Amino acid sequence: MKVFIEGSHAVAEAVKMIKPKVVCAYPITPQTHIVERLSEMVANGALKSEYVNVESEHSAASVVLGSTATGARSYTATSSQGLILMSEVLFNIAGMRLPVVLTCVNRALSAPINIWNDHQDSMTIRDAGWMQFYAENNQESHDLHFLAYKIAENKDIMLPVMVCMDGFILSHGYEVVDIATQEQVDQYIPPYEPAYKLDPQEPLTMGLLGAPDVYMETRYAIQKTMDETLSIIEKEEIEFEKTFGRKTPLLIEEYKLEGAEKVLIAMGSITGTIKDVVDELREKGEKVGLLKIVCYRPFPQEKIYEALKSVKKIGVIDKAISLGSSGPLHLEVAALMQSKGESKPVSSFIAGLGGRDIKPKTIVGIFNLMDKDPQGVNFVDLNKWYKEESAIMIS
Amino acid sequence: MQDNLFVSGHTACAGCGQSLAARLVLNAAGKDTIITNATGCLEVFSTGFPQTAWKVPFIHSLFENASAVASGVEVALKALGIKDRVNVISQGGDGGTADIGLQSLSGMLERGHDILYVMYDNEAYMNTGIQRSGMTPAYASTTTSPAGKLSLGNPQPKKNMAAICAAHDIPYSATASVGYPKDIERKVKKAISIKGPKFLHIFVPCPLGWRYDPSATDRIAKLAVETGLFPIVEYENGKISKTMQFKELKVVGEFLKAQGRFKHLMKDSPEIKEAINFLNNIVQENIDRYNLIK
Repeated sequence: MKVFIEGSHAVAEAVKMIKPKVVCAYPITPQTHIVERLSEMVANGALKSEYVNVESEHSAASVVLGSTATGARSYTATSSQGLILMSEVLFNIAGMRLPVVLTCVNRALSAPINIWNDHQDSMTIRDAGWMQFYAENNQESHDLHFLAYKIAENKDIMLPVMVCMDGFILSHGYEVVDIATQEQVDQYIPPYEPAYKLDPQEPLTMGLLGAPDVYMETRYAIQKTMDETLSIIEKEEIEFEKTFGRKTPLLIEEYKLEGAEKVLIAMGSITGTIKDVVDELREKGEKVGLLKIVCYRPFPQEKIYEALKSVKKIGVIDKAISLGSSGPLHLEVAALMQSKGESKPVSSFIAGLGGRDIKPKTIVGIFNLMDKDPQGVNFVDLNKWYKEESAIMIS
Repeated sequence: MQDNLFVSGHTACAGCGQSLAARLVLNAAGKDTIITNATGCLEVFSTGFPQTAWKVPFIHSLFENASAVASGVEVALKALGIKDRVNVISQGGDGGTADIGLQSLSGMLERGHDILYVMYDNEAYMNTGIQRSGMTPAYASTTTSPAGKLSLGNPQPKKNMAAICAAHDIPYSATASVGYPKDIERKVKKAISIKGPKFLHIFVPCPLGWRYDPSATDRIAKLAVETGLFPIVEYENGKISKTMQFKELKVVGEFLKAQGRFKHLMKDSPEIKEAINFLNNIVQENIDRYNLIK
C-alpha cells in the first residue's frame, strides 16, 4: 500500500513486519524517530518484542549480540558517534558470525560536533565484517531491511548487515513509500532458526580465544562468505521482485550507462539528485550516466567493472574522506580499474560533508570538471571565504 | 556429589583463586545456566580454541560488556519463553567489572534483569601482567603502581563494589572469599533463588600477582577476612542483612607479610608507620560499618 510517510517510520514499519524478538537502542540524532516509533509499537502491542533501553550504544550492540547468540532475532539502530562507540562490538558480532541487523542513519563525526548527514560514520567501520547497503530513497530504506534479514540469517552467510540511510535527508524526509504487507514479508523471510545458539540442552562455548594457529582462518572464512554472498544477493533481486512486485536494485544500479562517456559513481540519497542531472544533460545531448552502488560490502567489483567497460571517464563522489588519503569509494574504484589494467581516469570528489547541501548545479559542475581529469582529492564547494587553491568552487 | 561443570585441563596457574571460585559458583548454580564472561584470565585460560572447560553454554564477547551481553541473553530467554528454566550468570575480573565494565554493570542492575553478576577480585589486571586496577588495595606494589624510593605502591584504597551495587537498590549484593567455599555456595544458591539483579564480589588471591606460594591461596583468602581488610557482607534490598563476625581480628601485618606485593612495608620508617595506620583505619571503619566484632 502506498503511503506518504517519514523515512524513519517507513523503516519502523518494515522492522515491525520482520518481528524481531529483541529491539535495543540508545538514542542519538537522527536515529531517534525509528526507535521511538518501534517503542510505541511495543507499548501498544503492535510489535511483540522485548524493547531494551540501555545506557550506551556500546551496550545496545552488546545486548543484540547476546540476544542473537541466544537465538532471538534482534534489531538495533544508531548514527555517527553511536556507531563508532559500538565499533568494538560490531567487529565482535561479525567475528562471532551473528546475524544482527542495524540501521545506520548516516551522520557526520565529531569534532566539530555536527548532527547532519555524510557517510563518515559507516565508512569508518567498513572493515568490521558487516555487509553494508546504502538507500537512495525511502522505498529502498524500507525494502533493504527485508533483504538485510534474509541475507544475514541465511545459514550459508551468517553475517551482520548494516542498512545505511542518509540522516535527515531520508530519515526525516517524507516520501510516498509502497509499504509491504505482512503476508509478503512472512513469505520472503522465514522464521529465524539459528544454526548455533546458547542452549543448556546443547552447551557450546562462543567467543573463544583464537591463537595464531586459528585466527587467520576466521578472517579467511568471512572474506570467502562475503565473496559468495554477491551471487546470493543477485538471486534475491529476482526473489524480491517476485514477492513484493517491484524491482529493487540490491547490488548496483546502472542509470543511463548505455553510450555514456562520463559516469559518476555514488551511494545514498545523492544518487537521486544525480539522476535528475543526468536526465537534464542527456536531453542536451551530453553522454553522461550514473552508477549507483547499493551494496558496498561485499564490494561488487565484477559488476562495477562490467558496468563501466565502455565508459571513458569516471568520477567518484564520496560523502566521506579517509583523511590523509582519499575518498574510500574512490580508492576502491581506482584500485579496481588498475587491477583490470584500465587506464581511464578515475577522479575523486569529496562533497556534502557534515550536511553541506549538494545542489544539482554542483553535480553539473562536477560533470564539466571531469573533462579536465582533475587529479588528487577534490573538495567540492568549500566556502568562498575559505581560500584554498586546490578546492573546487562550483556553486 | 555432582560432576563438575567447570572441568580440569584448563591452563590456570597453580593455586589460582579465581578458577577455584568459578568452579564453586557454577556447581552451585547448576547445569541450566548460561554464562557471559568478560575478557580476562578466566576466559583466556578456559577457552583456548578448540578446547573449553565449560559444560554449560558460555559466551565471551569483550572486556567491558559482559553485563550488557548477559542482558541480551536474558531478554532473549524471556522473549523465547524459557527464562524460568535458565539462570544467567555474568562474570568478570575486578578490572572488567569495577573499572571498564562499571557502566554496563550499572545499566544491567538498573534495568532489573534477572541475572547474577559475579566479580572475581584478584586486585589487579593479572591477565595483562599485574597492573593496578580500581580494586587494588592501598600500598600494593603492582607493575603500574610499583613501590620505589618515592612511592609505597598503590596510593588509593579499594572501591566498595558491593555497596555501589547495593546502592542500585537491587535485591541482593554480597561479598565472599574463596577461603570460605561453603559460604560461596550458599550465596550463589541464595542469589539465584531471588528474581532480579544480584551481585556477588568474591575475593580470589593470585599467587603470581601477589607473590606468595601457590599452596597459601586458601590461607591468604581467609587472612584478608580475619584481619578485617575484606569484610564478608550481605545486602538485601540495599540494606546490610548479615556479616561474618569474629571474636577478635588478626593484625593487618599478618596479611601483609604473607605476600611479596607488600614486601616494601616490612621495614621501619615514618612513612610506613603512616601507611600501616592508614590500613588500620580502614579496618576500624569496617568494624564500625559492618559490626565485625561479636
